[in-house]
Amino acid sequence: MPTAVKMVNIVKSFPGVLANKNVTLEVEKGEIHALLGENGAGKTTLMNILFGLSQPDSGEIFINDQRVSINSPTDAITHGIGMIHQHFMLIPVFTVTENITLGEHSPKEPLLDLETAKNKILEIGKSAGLHVNPDAKVMDLCVGEQQRVEIIKAIYRGANILIMDEPTSVLTPQETDELFVILHQLTEKGNTILFITHKLREVMAISDRVTVLRDGSLIGTVKTKDTNRNELAKMMVGREVFLTFDKNPTHKEEVVLDLQHVYAKNECGLHALKDVSLQVKGGEILGIAGVDGNGQNELAEVIMGLRPLDRGDILIKQRSVKLNTTRDIIDLGVSCIPFLRQKEGLVLTFSVSENLILKEWHNPPITRKGFFDTKAIIDLSKKLIKEYNIKTTGPNAKVGNMSGGNQQKVVLARELSRNPNLVVACHPTHGLDIGATEYVRQQLLKERERGAAVLLISTELDEIMALCDRIVVLFEGQIMGEVAGEKINVDDIGLMMLGVRQENLHHGTLAVAGCSSAETKRCNVTTTEKDTI
Amino acid sequence: MNNILSLFTEEFFYATIRMASPVILAATGEVFLQRSGIINLGMESMVIYGAFFGVLGSALTGSGWMGLAAAMLAGTITGLLYGFIVITLKANQSVTGTAFNIVGIGLTSFLARVIWGIRELPVQVDTIKPWSVPILNKIPFIGHILFDHSPLVYLAYILVGVATFVIFKTTWGLKVRAVGENPRAAASIGINVYAWRYFCAILAGCLASMGGAVLSLVDLNMFVDGMSGGRGYFALATVILGRWHPVGAAIGGLVFGAGNALQMRMQAFGVKIPSDLLLILPFVLAFLAVVIFHGKSSAKPAALAKPYEKEATI
Amino acid sequence: MIDKKSSNQLDAIRSLSLDRLDFLVRRFERLFSFLVPVLAVLAAMALISVLIYALGENPLKAYKALAVGSFGTVYDFANSLNRAAPLILVGLGVAIAFRGGVFNIGGEGQIMMGGITATIVAVYITGLPIYIHIPLTLLAGFIGGAIWGFIPGYFYAKHGTNLIITTIMLNDIALGILSTLVKGPMVEPPGYYPQTPLVQPSSILPLIWPGTRLHAGLVLAVLAAFAFYIILFKTPFGYEIRTVGENQTAAKHAGINVFKNQIMLMLISGGLGGLAGTVEIIGAQYRLRALFLPNYGYEALAVAILAQRNPLGVIISGLLFGALKAGAGSMQRATNLPMSLIAILSGVIILFVIASGILMGLPRYMAKKRLAKMEETDGSPTNKSWLRNIFLKKEPGKDYE
Repeated sequence: MPTAVKMVNIVKSFPGVLANKNVTLEVEKGEIHALLGENGAGKTTLMNILFGLSQPDSGEIFINDQRVSINSPTDAITHGIGMIHQHFMLIPVFTVTENITLGEHSPKEPLLDLETAKNKILEIGKSAGLHVNPDAKVMDLCVGEQQRVEIIKAIYRGANILIMDEPTSVLTPQETDELFVILHQLTEKGNTILFITHKLREVMAISDRVTVLRDGSLIGTVKTKDTNRNELAKMMVGREVFLTFDKNPTHKEEVVLDLQHVYAKNECGLHALKDVSLQVKGGEILGIAGVDGNGQNELAEVIMGLRPLDRGDILIKQRSVKLNTTRDIIDLGVSCIPFLRQKEGLVLTFSVSENLILKEWHNPPITRKGFFDTKAIIDLSKKLIKEYNIKTTGPNAKVGNMSGGNQQKVVLARELSRNPNLVVACHPTHGLDIGATEYVRQQLLKERERGAAVLLISTELDEIMALCDRIVVLFEGQIMGEVAGEKINVDDIGLMMLGVRQENLHHGTLAVAGCSSAETKRCNVTTTEKDTI
Repeated sequence: MNNILSLFTEEFFYATIRMASPVILAATGEVFLQRSGIINLGMESMVIYGAFFGVLGSALTGSGWMGLAAAMLAGTITGLLYGFIVITLKANQSVTGTAFNIVGIGLTSFLARVIWGIRELPVQVDTIKPWSVPILNKIPFIGHILFDHSPLVYLAYILVGVATFVIFKTTWGLKVRAVGENPRAAASIGINVYAWRYFCAILAGCLASMGGAVLSLVDLNMFVDGMSGGRGYFALATVILGRWHPVGAAIGGLVFGAGNALQMRMQAFGVKIPSDLLLILPFVLAFLAVVIFHGKSSAKPAALAKPYEKEATI
Repeated sequence: MIDKKSSNQLDAIRSLSLDRLDFLVRRFERLFSFLVPVLAVLAAMALISVLIYALGENPLKAYKALAVGSFGTVYDFANSLNRAAPLILVGLGVAIAFRGGVFNIGGEGQIMMGGITATIVAVYITGLPIYIHIPLTLLAGFIGGAIWGFIPGYFYAKHGTNLIITTIMLNDIALGILSTLVKGPMVEPPGYYPQTPLVQPSSILPLIWPGTRLHAGLVLAVLAAFAFYIILFKTPFGYEIRTVGENQTAAKHAGINVFKNQIMLMLISGGLGGLAGTVEIIGAQYRLRALFLPNYGYEALAVAILAQRNPLGVIISGLLFGALKAGAGSMQRATNLPMSLIAILSGVIILFVIASGILMGLPRYMAKKRLAKMEETDGSPTNKSWLRNIFLKKEPGKDYE
């Protein structure tokens, strides 16, 4: 088999981190090659180098056995490489055609020629089974469709080697299956696919061969059919992994959080949450499953008082909080691990101690008689640094310079040390390495055992299934159903994530929406940030 | 009643068209720059450099057109410098722009005094003379209003059309908009974000200075301290008002031109309002405009005023 | 293919050495934060020298005239301090607003509105004892400026309306109102000059240095700077301001009312501008004229930025700019160089300080780059260099673990 891509002894360092250490990768023509590794293992860096987004410090690249130097995405495109990024590189206010032709030489240069382009797009769509409306604005498309636009964009530019960075992270299990069908069709036509992932299930399901990276180093390349999940897991993390947690039975009586027929609007005035009712008891973890963007953010925000309630009521410890401010809700003993820890949870330019007091700064012992008690702040910080094993030089170190795992520990220390009644945890392990992930999960289970109510919002089904006592599935801001305890069926959850109501699950004829084109996605107005400064 | 109506004569509309043109020139450049993701708060300085160097160039060469060339050169250099500070050095755009304006007003006043000294009357120079469009200017009423202007005034309005076409109908415009909406996506398909932003910064500087040259070489034939009179800020306000569309910005520019013309007509007419209060009419208009149309629009470039980092760290 | 050291161990070392690096770099950054303003002033003066020289004047002669004008006599020195008082107050307002992420360049208009309200109280209210009339006048001035800060602040906090456009427009509007007032309703009879009558003697700030014109405004300004330093760094309110300034989203998640905070900031910032106008009226000029503090609102930006937004730094940079303003007049008389040179200087200083942001990040960037290089060569973070000694030696008296 001829090789499509060969990367030899690639070294790449960023300030403070060596992201690739002498990595060698060989991909055969026409295969689906998985690149496996946990977060921060250097997969994306390696692919950014292949696509010319960053330059290696040393190493060689061969495309179709020709030595090449790739200094920019333009070079990569000329060599037939296309990349589908994890966060789509699309412009929401542009149409599909505009997005695809952007930067391409127009037949009527410098004038735009969208008609010709449209026909070509439809042609590609037909031959590869990628259906999309070329006149639609990208912001009106659902995630699966946007991904198809990205694939067409790459093919339009003549790509026959496709790099896909975590392509399934935004898809439901069913949409994932659909994507896999497309990928097989593409390889049958002679395309080569490099599939970056950290999910073992997908590696086993789709790849021909798999290369494992750990900590920036190459661990090895194996044929998928000659290996198994456990072996891959061991290669990936360097030791045996325990995917299950021991959950002790707890005593669940008091309802801590009670949402009653909650409606809330998004920035465009459309309903992001529709008639959501749920309860979380003390000593229980309730999971919210769903494809990202189906109202999870809004759910966390209404609970925290960051988004006004349109209708319905929220009770925390039997007290209605629909008219209360975020401050009041926090003071009721509600803690939140936000979606975006660097943006919502931390002030990166502040020190560790300044971040650790970001919930209790106005209360004793931190503030006494209107002034900060500096000694109390330092003492508290030192205590939390020790208790939560935060790796830092001390309370005055800047949080912005710490690793993601350490930053999340600062958030956890601040939120959990308050002994909250309710913890709203949003994607708490997103972007963390396996060690930090395990730590966060243990901490959440500890809170559960202490008797706190935990609402866990996550798009990682594995995480939700491992930790939660009950699971609720959100689709387009509505609850599709609820499953509890041991009898959880992944396919059922997947169907609910696609918009099938639980009561319709086993009715034979399924009216699957096919595309989670939620109203919530159509909103493109951001109001949180101010004009300048 | 009669009195008020008689303010709106042919001369009023003529003055509106003429007085709007510097703002429109500056705003057209600013639409490009903001579409590429950068807000130029230093436009006031570029307008006043245009006014000053226009006069200086004209004084040195004896030709109004050479004065215009000098103004454009000054604007290009200022735009490039602004680009360097906010694109390459990634400094805060509000602070940089304000500092530019402080320097601009100070430097032009300083140079004018050092070069020409203190005089009873400022130095008078050759101007860019009006050029009436033959035949068309004979159309009753609108003929004079629209077709008896200086070529620079026509150019301002022609450029509005050109800019609209370039932004929405060409691949260049598509690239500029892409850079302002999502620079990372643009870079991922090989568009040079920095180059396009620099290009727009230079264009904006050049057009703003042309607007300044209109003030000193078309409206007058001299330089007066601080003669930009807030037109750079008016242009900024019209871009917000006009929803980042050249035509919208031009309409905004006409509103300010009308405010200015009205204020002058009222003074000439001897309306019993103190002249100091009449003078602030355009400022009140601009204030109300940005307060009412505060710029929450889907046309607003998503990456506006956010510096772009080329290589993500990890 | 697997590394000699286990990856966990390596990770621990890397993480720890990064933190030690952080510790070191923070020391450098502290040094830089003092160095940058000094360098910026020197660089700006050097650049201006070139300009002066190019125009056929002797820069040294100009700077000498400037220095003589600022410090030549006791009287001049007191005048420099008097110029500094309003600059410190209005600069303090800009610095504090800036800390909270609000960019107030409406100082010009806030000074004028404060001047108007203060003058009304100081001229037209009679028969009050000095210890009531002065505070009342100061309060009136503060309120006048605060209103002019509140208006743009409200629209900014509510809709994110571009503060620069609104404040600049309000500056010109304030000037129009002020000019109208001093020519008409408030003009001193019989109306030959556009100015108001003299303020009541009971509203005049006491002189504090016999034989000079130095008034108590400077004391007020310095006290205000200290007070705001304590508020900013030692109280929950100041913490909220800084949090909003650094990260609005995180502030909202922490339950801070960003809207209220920003409006408060513009009120305070505008009020301090109004106070600057008041101090000038009842301390130095004793009556209101149209352009009674020209350009102070814009130079306040330079004062605040040169001080790195630190209230105590504002005292120093305010004194510097006060001296420049006081000396500029004598420079104008001694040479052919007009006073607008000071405006250029302040603008250039701002540009140098903000462009030096890249300089401030330099120690961290270089140290990290170096660290990464070493790690690359032998897999361990540091080997034999000076960095190793700094990173791996325990700081005496500090426990890292």
